[in-house]
Amino acid sequence: MSEHQHAEAHVTEYGKYIFVWLALIAFTGITVTAAGIGLGNWTIVLALTIASAKSWFVLNYFMHLKHEDTVFKVFIAVALFTFVIFIGFTFWDYSF
Amino acid sequence: MWLFLFTELILFGGMFIVYAVYRFVHQQEFHLAAQELNTTVGLINTIILLTSSMTAAMSITAMQKGNIRFAKGLIWVTILSAFAFMVNKFFEWSAKIHHGIYPGSPDLLSKPNGEILYFGLYYVMTGLHALHVIVGVVFFLFVLRHIAQGKVTPTAYVRLENSALYWHLVDLIWIFLFPLFYLIH
Repeated sequence: MSEHQHAEAHVTEYGKYIFVWLALIAFTGITVTAAGIGLGNWTIVLALTIASAKSWFVLNYFMHLKHEDTVFKVFIAVALFTFVIFIGFTFWDYSF
Repeated sequence: MWLFLFTELILFGGMFIVYAVYRFVHQQEFHLAAQELNTTVGLINTIILLTSSMTAAMSITAMQKGNIRFAKGLIWVTILSAFAFMVNKFFEWSAKIHHGIYPGSPDLLSKPNGEILYFGLYYVMTGLHALHVIVGVVFFLFVLRHIAQGKVTPTAYVRLENSALYWHLVDLIWIFLFPLFYLIH
């Protein structure tokens, strides 16, 4: 929410939101179907990958991250990267 | 607002890590316990939240274009979706409680440790998420009031933007909660 944002406020068209929504629904469909066919340990990997893809859409389009300053993107990238490291190392710790 | 959202990442992130550890330790039991959850209810709630996130985002566009009536309509759709989500959640939890599955219940305590942990996490994480849904509704009701009072206008809509950001976070958390709790087979 930078101050100058409104001077150059970006207007996202309705159509784009509908497109993103369709993508999100499609991803949801894939996750549910994939969970049903029993891929064993890969189910969770696939589920988390799809969830991350959905998050990418929500962050970039619904939350307008695409049009934010670079410094914002860096902050969020660092926060998420740190979190992924935590989760990743936890799995590492427990799977070996 | 984004700074606040980071604190939410830490709050829910911590719980996701706890979930990850327990799931690893009690794989079989997590699988068994997850069978008790109704995937259809979870799926419906996922679609409701995704749709409400879209209407929240659209309300900003409507506001930017000066179409205040449409913006208010979209905010109302978002609020009603939140109610639909909570009604679903209410029936889902009621069914669980009816079957004797609630924290500290004799039925639950007689199950293996892993299942107790699974349902403990299920109630805490979806419960905290539901609390966020309620807070989101309160935010949007305030925004509607501020629109009526002329405090939120097509040129000054930061409150609407921030409420929508909060709402998208609620959506994001659910995106991860849904597969992790409902889709373990």
